[in-house]
Amino acid sequence: MGGYGDVKLLREDGLRLDGRKVDEMREVEIEAGILPAADGSAWVKHGLNVAVCAVYGPMEAHPRKIQRQDRAVIDVRYNMAPFSTSDRIRPGYNRRSREISKVTAEALESVVLVERFPRSKIRVEIEILAAEAGTRCVGITAAAVALADAGIPMRDMIVGVASGKIEDTVVLDLDKAEDNYGQADLPMGILPTTGEIAFLQMDGDLSVDEYNTCMEYNLKAAREIHELMVDALKRRYMEKNGGEA
Amino acid sequence: MGWRVARIGDKEMSGANEGAELRLVTPGEAIGASSGARAGTGTLIMGDKLIATRVGWAKENNGVTSVDPIHAAYMPRSGDLVIGVVESVRNNLWFADVNGPFNGLLPMSLAPWKVEFGAAREQMDIGDVMLARVQEVDEAHNIVLTMKGVGLRRLKEGIMSEISMNHISRLRGDADSTLRQLKEASDCRIIVAENGRVWVDGETDGIAFMRTVLDLVRNEGHMATFNASLEALIENRRNA
Repeated sequence: MGGYGDVKLLREDGLRLDGRKVDEMREVEIEAGILPAADGSAWVKHGLNVAVCAVYGPMEAHPRKIQRQDRAVIDVRYNMAPFSTSDRIRPGYNRRSREISKVTAEALESVVLVERFPRSKIRVEIEILAAEAGTRCVGITAAAVALADAGIPMRDMIVGVASGKIEDTVVLDLDKAEDNYGQADLPMGILPTTGEIAFLQMDGDLSVDEYNTCMEYNLKAAREIHELMVDALKRRYMEKNGGEA
Repeated sequence: MGWRVARIGDKEMSGANEGAELRLVTPGEAIGASSGARAGTGTLIMGDKLIATRVGWAKENNGVTSVDPIHAAYMPRSGDLVIGVVESVRNNLWFADVNGPFNGLLPMSLAPWKVEFGAAREQMDIGDVMLARVQEVDEAHNIVLTMKGVGLRRLKEGIMSEISMNHISRLRGDADSTLRQLKEASDCRIIVAENGRVWVDGETDGIAFMRTVLDLVRNEGHMATFNASLEALIENRRNA
């Protein structure tokens, strides 16, 4: 991802093509408990990305060879719907979805108290219904809300956010054009209350200063998204409770 | 890691949300300082803070801070009364689904019948429902059930329904007061097991009434208005 010199991603007035400032996030909406059949579920809209996540378990881990005697395993299945992008995606597992499932599972394992459920499995199904760059982050956010909704004990609710570099400028939350034609992309899974990082990938090159700016943007965005996650969970039960806490 | 797992608190996990000090918390939310506080269920000590690990109602009882989870899977403990459904049968043991992450094992020696080796199916087959007690749970979550005890038996009649774990105490009421009222109003035999399963047997109209009550528990068990709605339902039934 060396960048494409002739593609303009920043306007004359310093704003991005969709009118956002460099440190501005796309609009985020979160709902918890949308699937009655699942133990826990969430719906997240982040810009034009739409993700649905369902959590099942803890249940007995099958096949038995995946069982761990001292903890639960988290089985994540990340999948993009065939209609989620402009080009149809061939349904089923592919190299990319396998990678994202793996890194998401590892990120979630660091927040879920897996040692409480030896020999069990917690199934997390992430379905991307519409994609516009940053789906792995949206998937992680949705998974955290769905896990909390399922009553799985966690240290914190992990938030997925990304920032990157376009035209030598660090920007928060890349959209599709910025992701495709930008110079770098830095998705992270952040534990907002402690500021710990449970997941980090980097595509492209960033200087130390640029990296630090990305970190700063991501931490700020993570706290904002975290507030929406908490609000979604509380709203679900406040409504159930007739508006009373 | 600089955090330690909370001690398992009292077994009594009242899901009722009466009281002014209750507040809804989410995982990672600080619910107090760790110094001097005792961490109950659903909480964790992280550094100088006591944090919630589940979505639920934070409460303090006798110096123990805990979170009553809104959603929780059934985690068997020894002594629990459970309603199980037979999932598979071997020559001398049964495996029963007890609504938890693992199946319970009922060996022939803890069954109430004398059965020949290989004839286990004659007493209880796949799909049959039993009232059992959890004899033992080891650290790897192996569950051993027993049917030796007063009232433990195969349930041949009636209906079985499931409610959420945190609604059990709402259905039972303080010292089983609500349950007694329901038994009297429906004229049914009712068993509310620790694993969220409810068994009801009696006349058809009593069972129908109990189905309405269980629907109410499932849909409105969280609401502050639950007790009033239930009272109204019982009153209606009495006047009918």
